[in-house]
Amino acid sequence: MNIFVCVKQVPDTETKITPTADGSFIETNSIKWIMNPYDEFAVEQALLVKASNPAANVTVVRVGSVKDTEALRTAMAMGADDAILVEAQDNLDSYSIAKALKGAIEKSGKKPDMILTGKQAIDDDALQVPQVLAQMLDLPSVSVIVGFELSGSTVKVKREIEGGALEVYAVNTPCLLAANKGLNTPRYASLPGIMKAKKKPLAQYSLSDVGVTDADRRVKYSGFRLPPEKPAGKKFDATDAAKQKEVVAQVVGLLRTEAKVI
Amino acid sequence: MEFGLTQEQIEIKELALKFSRNEIIPVAAQFDEEGKFPKDIFKKAWELGLINTCIPAEYGGAGFSALDSVIISEALSYGCMGFNTSFMANDLALLPIVLGGNDEQKKKFLTPFTTEFRVASFCLTEPGNGSDAAGIKTSVKDGGDHWIINGEKMWITNAGYADLFVVYATLDPALKHKGICALVVDGKTEGIVLGKKEDKMGHRSSDTRGVRFNNVKVPKENMLGNPGDGWSIAMNTLDHSRPLVASSALGGAQRAMDLSIQYSKERIQFGVPLAKHQAIQFMIAEMGMKIEASRLLIHKAAWLCDQGIRNTEIASYAKAFASDSCMQITTDAVQIYGGYGYSKEYPVEKLMRDAKLIQIYEGTSQIQRLVMARELLK
Repeated sequence: MNIFVCVKQVPDTETKITPTADGSFIETNSIKWIMNPYDEFAVEQALLVKASNPAANVTVVRVGSVKDTEALRTAMAMGADDAILVEAQDNLDSYSIAKALKGAIEKSGKKPDMILTGKQAIDDDALQVPQVLAQMLDLPSVSVIVGFELSGSTVKVKREIEGGALEVYAVNTPCLLAANKGLNTPRYASLPGIMKAKKKPLAQYSLSDVGVTDADRRVKYSGFRLPPEKPAGKKFDATDAAKQKEVVAQVVGLLRTEAKVI
Repeated sequence: MEFGLTQEQIEIKELALKFSRNEIIPVAAQFDEEGKFPKDIFKKAWELGLINTCIPAEYGGAGFSALDSVIISEALSYGCMGFNTSFMANDLALLPIVLGGNDEQKKKFLTPFTTEFRVASFCLTEPGNGSDAAGIKTSVKDGGDHWIINGEKMWITNAGYADLFVVYATLDPALKHKGICALVVDGKTEGIVLGKKEDKMGHRSSDTRGVRFNNVKVPKENMLGNPGDGWSIAMNTLDHSRPLVASSALGGAQRAMDLSIQYSKERIQFGVPLAKHQAIQFMIAEMGMKIEASRLLIHKAAWLCDQGIRNTEIASYAKAFASDSCMQITTDAVQIYGGYGYSKEYPVEKLMRDAKLIQIYEGTSQIQRLVMARELLK
């Protein structure tokens, strides 16, 4: 059984973000990278499947720059068997990433029985790669899953929908499933795991190796900038009952003209 | 010359810090308040390979260098200095076996610590002698096919949970340090009587007790080295453990600085954040300077250990400087937090209480200076 887990490396949530001078991306030199937290649930789920199917092989795949391979090393230290890195700049669009992932999975020579991903990456929050990848591979896919039960070639998944309700699906493998928080509790990479990870195979492909060209690019980023600094809040004194009407009118006026929310 | 950590060391540090942030920091104040021993968290850290870092690979350990060990210890202490005291006490007790034991003893006593979660205690100090460690009164007598230990030990970390004790005892107090022996004692041996848990100022989660040995019979093969080798084993152990203890102070100091920086950017006084006031900036600058210097000393002391070069002088510099700095830094952290810092609602008063102990245990700051002077003047 071949399980592929697609992981993305994202800036640590506490990182201070600075856009590049040309606005095409963010400065990546000083960033501390972590595995996208939603992808950790996907890795953990793959390892849980492997625990009850010892013959299963878990491959982690990532598209991104090589400078730091934190996410892949963490996944292998947690217990994944091997890894594939498709070398690319970090600001690719969702379509190119999905196509690169497809190419990498195919190039590995292993036929996927299951592909697991996080439901979204916490940096660009595009929520597109899982669905685009499933479409490209012509696989059934379910996203935002919080429950997972594999029996034979069917996975029963629970998916969160609005209002806190759950949808239950029975999906035949091969399939693509995208994890949400609550699916499981990701394990730590243990110290022996970190040591072992160094010896695990990490294949490295270029974008052209996996059939991705500039023409595949659907979205180009041009204007990264920080959100405007929040101005200080305004306080209104309405303790004087006689003036309350006047103050309320003033607040309503400002909400219309300044905040433009009503 | 290389100042950076290896990729592997960075990963080890990240794991230990993640463990501190997720598992230790959220509960440390509660364990401190209740004086509760964090056995489950201790075990969880053991499962991840963060405990007993001194056990060599050939006996089932991870084969960490002394430098790896201080990196782990700093990161765990960042979570809680008290928790780290319990964690480190295992290493302190196992180090005499690593350094002074024969192959048979290492297999017998170290390997079980790698296959199951076990707790160990180092028993040197006595009610009547702390800094004057060679003045041990606990006696060891030849009982024919076994040794017999009698005496009382004090301030024994992990005592209430110890599966194994390493006990220092003397053949004859008149022999001074030449009469001291180091013995490995199974925690379940008859005649070991535990005192009550000490109610301490800081490190309240760590289990500290007096331990009485009443005619405790120990197999002959449990003596480390030869009769009379105990003193050199103890001193060798302290050379290895001082960088570790220093790194515990460093972890606490780093936490105090991180909290101070965060708070000084949030708290507004005179219309601007505290961080804009030069008086606060000076305290924070001082913290950064002392932390960096502590880390360099600690890493050098551990590096010397790994090179097999005698590190007594540098290890004492590291231990005294890091613990004195930690005391100053945590005191200033309380100062920066002001009234809030003095309240248990905020995390810095605990750091200040915890810092004090590191100036005292494993050789007081004053004893460290005696060691330094002895090394410098010899």
